[in-house]
Amino acid sequence: MKNFFRKLSLIILFFGFLSNSFAAEKVEYLKTDWSFKGLFGKFDRAALQRGYQVYTEVCSSCHSMKYLSYRNLAEKGGPEFTEDQAKAIAASFEVKDGPNEDGEMFTRPGKLSDKFVMPYENVKAAQAANGGAYPPDMSVLVKARGGGVDYIYSLLQGYEEPPAGITLDDGVYYNKYMYGNKIKMANQLSDGLVEYADGTNASVEQMSKDVTTFLMWAAEPHLESRHRMGFKAIVYLIILTILVYFSMKRIWSRVETEV
Amino acid sequence: MSDHEYTPKSKVGKWFNDRLPLLTLANHLTDYPTPKNLNYWWTFGGILTFCLITQIVTGLVLAMHYIAHADMAFDSVEHIMRDVNYGWLIRYIHANGASMFFLAVYIHIFRSLFYGSYKAPREIIWIIGIIIYLLMMAAAFMGYVLPWGQMSFWGATVITNLFSAIPLVGEGIVTWLWGGYSVDNPTLTRFFTLHYLIPFLILGLVVLHIWALHVPGNNNPVGIDVKKPSKDTVPFHPYIVIKDGFALLMFMIVFAFFVFYTPNILGHADNYIEADPLVTPAHIVPEWYLLPFYAILRSVPDKLLGVVAMLSAIFILAALPWLDTSKIRSAVFRPLYRQFYWILVADVLILGYVGAMPAEGLYLLIARVATAYYFLHFLVILPVLGFKEKTLPIPLSITEPVLGGSPNLATAKKREFK
Repeated sequence: MKNFFRKLSLIILFFGFLSNSFAAEKVEYLKTDWSFKGLFGKFDRAALQRGYQVYTEVCSSCHSMKYLSYRNLAEKGGPEFTEDQAKAIAASFEVKDGPNEDGEMFTRPGKLSDKFVMPYENVKAAQAANGGAYPPDMSVLVKARGGGVDYIYSLLQGYEEPPAGITLDDGVYYNKYMYGNKIKMANQLSDGLVEYADGTNASVEQMSKDVTTFLMWAAEPHLESRHRMGFKAIVYLIILTILVYFSMKRIWSRVETEV
Repeated sequence: MSDHEYTPKSKVGKWFNDRLPLLTLANHLTDYPTPKNLNYWWTFGGILTFCLITQIVTGLVLAMHYIAHADMAFDSVEHIMRDVNYGWLIRYIHANGASMFFLAVYIHIFRSLFYGSYKAPREIIWIIGIIIYLLMMAAAFMGYVLPWGQMSFWGATVITNLFSAIPLVGEGIVTWLWGGYSVDNPTLTRFFTLHYLIPFLILGLVVLHIWALHVPGNNNPVGIDVKKPSKDTVPFHPYIVIKDGFALLMFMIVFAFFVFYTPNILGHADNYIEADPLVTPAHIVPEWYLLPFYAILRSVPDKLLGVVAMLSAIFILAALPWLDTSKIRSAVFRPLYRQFYWILVADVLILGYVGAMPAEGLYLLIARVATAYYFLHFLVILPVLGFKEKTLPIPLSITEPVLGGSPNLATAKKREFK
């Protein structure tokens, strides 16, 4: 068995080395302490609520979140607004519904069961309003980008004057973390842009962190229960493995071969 | 099959067994004499059975909620992830399960290569295994297409386009595969159908694989024929069952870690972007388990020859029992083969690594050298080695490694690779 593990660990080391050399080619992203990482990682409720505020007040004018519903805002493991708060949030949006009995489409205040209202009617409309670039849907954005949360967090703070020698077309901006450094979204965040209800100072860094946390939850709404269940499952498996190991030893003690 | 006749004790049992000998089969499976010196590399057969069943069970549940339509597939996967009870768990088990399945199958194959398990009289087991492996690759590839993300779409485009390399009829075949003039809804629905079918074909082949195994019995680390049943064997139950169970549990811990803590690390981020026929991803990369073959494909400048090389790399394995001319099975007694074996392992890992890199410059050169070596190993080194290599003396049985107090007794014992 020793031999088996020696070889296995060599192979694992090799893969570790490989993945390290992959990582070496990437840009160093800004780092921050994400509360949702690690074995017991959980979302910071207040950060999620602030992040939702940043999303609605800043991002949502261009970026849709088509897989989220207002009810999600009150669900466990999320921002956990109270149900009344979530209802009020939903009601603050005009939702297109219909057709009614007369065959007419109409608008009504949003309900918990409604999906997040889309900023544009369709992709073409979104492109027309944004110089040909389609602002991507943000529901799973964190999982759809190589660097994940670190990438989004860095990108939001990565706007700079372009280095000498780089000319930018109209409507194109320089961002040191964007792939290829050219981005069609202008810098959106500035200190004090939103007024947080809980009095937190709305620095660019704070808003980036909050909205990225919110996006992480949007992409992985069951992250907390996944971590909780994972811990239980692995502890259970380890205990069972130990018990089975000793039963195995006992059974194999009847023959002289080692296991 | 076991030597002794089995008769059920109860009258009902006997009545039933005379008409359908299921109890005889069960008795054969529990009593099946297994070499007692099998090491942990032998536990991956059981682990693979577990992987197959896990994929089938989780896949069935996913299929209840998934919608195979180009406009709805991506949405339905998100529906599973968000709104289906424990849908995220089922999907992450299924997606990571594919990787775990391949991890186990590679260990299983390389165990066979090390201990010469493919040699007579086990050629049929080996060839069925290769067919299973091929079907696994087909199933995994089509499964990766189903979420209809960017990598799904472009991976499907690249791989199906390979068929266009076939002279004369290539283009026609590709159109036929697609069910149209590009990868689109008809492609998705037929991939879904086949993805659903293939696991059951694999299941049938696994039964044949095990049946074929139970005729000569297991090979073992020493690689000699074992008299069954004898002092060299133990009954499958409880000895092997508990040992396989222990190994499976350790495997499940690793599996669980991936599912619960890094469920997306083995996938590509681009597959969380919905398929867009107008936008090509910067790098189109297959899943990790296909990378060595992808590297072989790209290392040949000509498209047709590249496809031929890639397919040969797999099919050459089926000819392995005849390419390896050595009479000795286990690498334990083959000092030279042992070294070439580890070089081959490194070679395949290197191919996997360059398969993930852009095919240019140094990477391309490495890929070409590694591809050449891969074929050299099977076509030249193995056949020649069988004649040239001076093998170590092999023991006559597992319990008494060498008869007559041979000086090699200690060596043989030490080399048992526990």
